Amino acid sequence: MNRQTQFDIEQTNQTAEGRHPRPSVVARNKQNQSAQRAFFVITLLPMFLIAAITMLLIVRSWPILSAYSFKALFLGSTWRPDNGLFGFWPYITGTFWVTIVGVLLAVPPCLLTALYLSEYSHSFTRSVAKPVLDLLAAIPPVVYGVWGLLAIVPFVENVLAPLSKRWLNFIPIFAVNQPTGFSIIAGGIVLAVMIAPLIISVVYEILRTVPNDLRHASLAVGSTQWQTIRQIVIPRVIPGMVAAVVLAASRALGETMAVLMVVGNVAQVPKSIFDAAYPLPALIANNYGDMMSIPLYDAALLCAALILLIVILIFNILSTLILQRMMGKNWA
Amino acid sequence: MMKKHWQRRHLVESFFKGLMIVSFLVVACALGAILWTILVKGLPALTWAMVSQAPEGGFYLGKGGGVLNAILGSLYLAGGGTLLALFCSLPIALYLETYLGDSDWGRYVRLSLDVLWGIPTIVYGVFGFIIMLAIGLRASLLAGIVVLSLVELPIMVRAMDEVIRRMPIDLEQAALALGSTKLEVALRVVTRQMLPGIITAILLAFGRGIGDAASVLFTAGYTDRIPTSLMQPTASLPLAVFFQLGTPYPVVQQRGYASALILTIIVLIISISSRWISSRLNKYTVK
Repeated sequence: MNRQTQFDIEQTNQTAEGRHPRPSVVARNKQNQSAQRAFFVITLLPMFLIAAITMLLIVRSWPILSAYSFKALFLGSTWRPDNGLFGFWPYITGTFWVTIVGVLLAVPPCLLTALYLSEYSHSFTRSVAKPVLDLLAAIPPVVYGVWGLLAIVPFVENVLAPLSKRWLNFIPIFAVNQPTGFSIIAGGIVLAVMIAPLIISVVYEILRTVPNDLRHASLAVGSTQWQTIRQIVIPRVIPGMVAAVVLAASRALGETMAVLMVVGNVAQVPKSIFDAAYPLPALIANNYGDMMSIPLYDAALLCAALILLIVILIFNILSTLILQRMMGKNWA
Repeated sequence: MMKKHWQRRHLVESFFKGLMIVSFLVVACALGAILWTILVKGLPALTWAMVSQAPEGGFYLGKGGGVLNAILGSLYLAGGGTLLALFCSLPIALYLETYLGDSDWGRYVRLSLDVLWGIPTIVYGVFGFIIMLAIGLRASLLAGIVVLSLVELPIMVRAMDEVIRRMPIDLEQAALALGSTKLEVALRVVTRQMLPGIITAILLAFGRGIGDAASVLFTAGYTDRIPTSLMQPTASLPLAVFFQLGTPYPVVQQRGYASALILTIIVLIISISSRWISSRLNKYTVK
């Protein structure tokens, strides 16, 4: 039946009975089934995308993975693409230093904030906190980078580094070896602020899954609120808290722009939090696109992306599985 | 002895409560500090010419012009990316809820979305660039839009999913009981019920897309001209900020701060309006 006649019939039916005609049950079922198939195919897209990205990176970085030994590539500390030396060690250590400093700085205040919002605060405070966290999460990485450049780098240079030089210089990881503020600690502070909203909101959601009856029972036998938190609430949510922190760490590992702008980008194995570092995402962002002239350079940079991807996939899958299990239907 | 114990645990209580309040204030102050820094540094350089003109020759040496190319480029990129992501994410979100529910398959799909969300945008950028090389596409608006849509897809689906899951199950069951197929439930009941959620998800993804630099770094390129077709490269605001700060001239760096302020204002408007819209529209949904 062509469109026009169908239209005509609909028109006449409508005028005759005063309401729209219904397509037959068979037609509607068919429609439903074909839609189900189409939707199913689209739903495969996310999984396909993960597989495609991983496969493509493996295939394209294969030349360098097969040309060099594992040790030379991942533990080598010289990066001279023009001489054929591709040692990822400075970049890998740089990435992990910045991430670990960021996570260490972020975790204590974020956990306390989440506990405060969930256990103590007034509903008014909560209603204020939500938009604040949303805004913090919405600010683009590059703006964090500008903030780091304008506020954190000078702060490290003029306040933190001299203080540390005066009092903590004998501890190797606090030693001040360079005069600028472009350092791991600056990158860490910026990252800490960037991942704070994520940690707070995930931990808050997990704390909400603890039944109120447990809190009431504990309070009823005379414990203070902090005792309730420490002995009743926290033991139940430890795995979730760990998962939230791991999730935040994986977000921090891949952060490119904000870190790139404040961390100094010097390819060295860092020894102190006041040293400059050169994380993997920064390596890719700074060099990819003009890598065509040197053989294997392209493969080396894609290998950097692959390392990053694999670490993040592992972190992400683990933490998401834990969170899915803990929060059940509430995990969204 | 009893007295002492009593005092100590209450002391501990107030100590930790104080610590929590301080932490909360620190986090809130961080937001304030960021906005304040950007405002103070960006405002002096923010002129009408900045937002109404494309760069003139020698813009990066301190000559005249503005960042209109980057503002429009970013809006095109994020707008196109959001539109493309919407076409894929709406079916996924509806399928997850109406057809899959809480089945194992649904869990896997949600897991894959969360994993996708976690993949760094620089990896998306590299992935997009390899594909572009393979099919012979140059850095262009089109490539940037496609890569951004991949970045935005998981954010959008998960945001929609969160809203759909809060829909009362009675509503769906009532429609099914009247004889509608699942498709009809999805299109006529669920979509209407989740309209505020869809809008929030769109704005969330748009905000994420407009602020992302790493994914468009290789794929959309950078140019001083305002793009007129999908095949031309385009500038974007985050990259404009980045490149302007990279120059040694204080005048240009000042303009970089102003560009950062423009970007922040756009993102804040999006964030606040999504909150406002969803609270307005939520009045019309079934609780």
